[in-house]
Amino acid sequence: MTSSGWPAELAGARLHVVSGKGGTGKTTAAAALALALASGGRRTLLVEVEGRQGIAQVFDTAPLPYEERRIAVAPGGGEVRALAVDVEAALLEYFEMFYRLGMAGRTLRRMGAIEFATTLAPGLRDVLLTGKVKECVSRTENGRPVYDAVILDAPPTGRLVTFLDVTKAMSELARTGPIHNQAEGVVDLLHSPRTAVHLVTLLEDLPVTETLETVRELAEADLRVGAVIVNRVREQWLPDRSVAPAANGRVDAGRVRAGLASAGLDLPPDVIDGLVAETVEHAVRVASESAAAARLEAAAGTEHLARLELPQLLDGVDLGALYELAEALTAQGVGTTVGASA
Amino acid sequence: MSPARPQVLDVDAVIDDPQTKIIVCCGSGGVGKTTTSAALALRAAERGRKVVVLTIDPAKRLAQALGLDELSNEPGTVPGIDSTGDEKGELQAMMLDMRRTFDDMVHTHAAPDRAEKIIANPFYQTISSSFSGTQEYMAMEKLGQLTARGHWDLVVVDTPPSRSALDFLDAPQRMSNFLDGRMIRLLSSPARAGGKGLRKIVGAGFQLFAKAVSTILGGQLLADASAFVQAFDTMFGGFRERATKTYELLRSPGTAFVVVAAPEPDALREAAYFVDRLSGEQMPLAGLVLNRTHPVFAPLSATEARHAAENAGSSRLAAAVLRLHADRVDLADREERLLNRFVGAHPDVPVARVPAVAGDIADLDGLREVGERLAQPGGESASPEPARKVHHL
Repeated sequence: MTSSGWPAELAGARLHVVSGKGGTGKTTAAAALALALASGGRRTLLVEVEGRQGIAQVFDTAPLPYEERRIAVAPGGGEVRALAVDVEAALLEYFEMFYRLGMAGRTLRRMGAIEFATTLAPGLRDVLLTGKVKECVSRTENGRPVYDAVILDAPPTGRLVTFLDVTKAMSELARTGPIHNQAEGVVDLLHSPRTAVHLVTLLEDLPVTETLETVRELAEADLRVGAVIVNRVREQWLPDRSVAPAANGRVDAGRVRAGLASAGLDLPPDVIDGLVAETVEHAVRVASESAAAARLEAAAGTEHLARLELPQLLDGVDLGALYELAEALTAQGVGTTVGASA
Repeated sequence: MSPARPQVLDVDAVIDDPQTKIIVCCGSGGVGKTTTSAALALRAAERGRKVVVLTIDPAKRLAQALGLDELSNEPGTVPGIDSTGDEKGELQAMMLDMRRTFDDMVHTHAAPDRAEKIIANPFYQTISSSFSGTQEYMAMEKLGQLTARGHWDLVVVDTPPSRSALDFLDAPQRMSNFLDGRMIRLLSSPARAGGKGLRKIVGAGFQLFAKAVSTILGGQLLADASAFVQAFDTMFGGFRERATKTYELLRSPGTAFVVVAAPEPDALREAAYFVDRLSGEQMPLAGLVLNRTHPVFAPLSATEARHAAENAGSSRLAAAVLRLHADRVDLADREERLLNRFVGAHPDVPVARVPAVAGDIADLDGLREVGERLAQPGGESASPEPARKVHHL
């Protein structure tokens, strides 16, 4: 059984990696998590690494530069900063530290040399990206961490474990040198209790299957799964015992008509038929969602997973909706610090 | 209610037109591209065309429904096609095997001994399995092969689940640039290659860069890469020519791009980028398929329904029916708002709304149902389409 809420061991995590199958809304979930974790006067950093500018889209702002900047104020006075990591810029930054490239860097980039180098060894790309994330997590100012938490909008589940398995990536690269040393620190962080990997899913067949596969792969790679975040949860209105018959097309139109009449609605037969058709579809969806939820609960390896839910929001597709989602997470305990009461 | 009425995408007109030779379904991940491709292909076959559908990564049950139990990289006949047209249609389906397509291509273009050398190179393993873009390139390559065979009069292509729909168009060029030996020669012997002009521009910086890259990547990797690119060089001309040819094929009038999106902000944003890009490249766009919409079947406002639900205390069923209807009205409104945003910016793009089929698509009947919905524009109509029973496995 997964348990709902935000267990104490997650409250101690500093790096929250958020992934999910394409189309499940992982960027939105990551943004809501960053807001929830920043509420009450804390500071979080939301990082993206795929060059998609997904954060800017979710927060409805201009594309982000490769630079940490404030993107939102959290409820209760905290702030969320955002960073879109540009892998080529990260590599150049890196080289700059160890070799003086000077102006050549930009020319090299224009020529495609940087892209070529990162393409040659895909592991290098991942090592650089996770390296940058690690630097943000461990950066301090006056002896205090700059960020209370870093939330990483990671690649989708299909590529997640390869991305996080820095040890494997390093085996492709040279065994010595500055990048190698840095990577060891990254491995330490990712495999420590300071990191939790959250998986966003919908209660549908394919996303659940992919979530379960990823839980298994993460466990094999010795990476800690934090919470399963079920996104776009919709209300279910039918009494439980009515779901199965209705899903099989059995809705008593006569009872519906009588009930509506008693509520003061006298509707023509075709409207009743329409309502019944909607009810059947609703029931089929509820039944298949319950089946998906049951699979998620029953699968091996999900025993200790926390489960969070994000509601399907119908009236907003804007920034306001993001705050609503963050509130929903806060209400489920996200951001509660160890020892404090909710 | 809606300020801009989108033009209607007449799916049957597209698949019935003998001039339509290729249909490419593209869109961001998770929007139902594979299902849409399969449903379009099935419908076209049952309306009398000889169709092959190239799927990328079908869900297990959909694969079984298409008779794709084994990965074969060659089209196999889909059993159970019910052809009603004057002409007898047929449907074959295949699942892309990226690695085998690449191997075949190497064998086609290189002399036997050289082909073996290329395939044995460790670096080939990386590029043929994990280079982002290989899947896109190989999908294009397979499309070219299927078209060249001339056996089918319609090829339907699903596209890889890229982070962005644009990758499908960009990847082949990226891969081409990568395999072009210039950069690897520069890196492995920067002193000799690249020409004087280039050295002058980047100066000593490049030498340092090359040294850094080789320090980081390790000498062996660079040596393998260099050997690979040298062996590949001889077949590179054919490789690039082929990519160019497929690209031209995509721009020809016989091709119809169908952009698939779900009624979610991200998916529609991707769809908008893709539509802009297609028009920029003068590629033929058939229209947008807005997948999994929730049209309202009963003309009763959400406010009215919720109000009545408050007074339906004695009948739990009636109250539930009213509340779920009210939610559905809100959902449909949201979907229309999102679509209107898209239509406002792209008024000329024809749209087909495809009402969601509750449950998973698990067999040919399920695909037929999706095909019906694809071909029936106006999913927003308020007249109740009796909920057809969808088969579940």
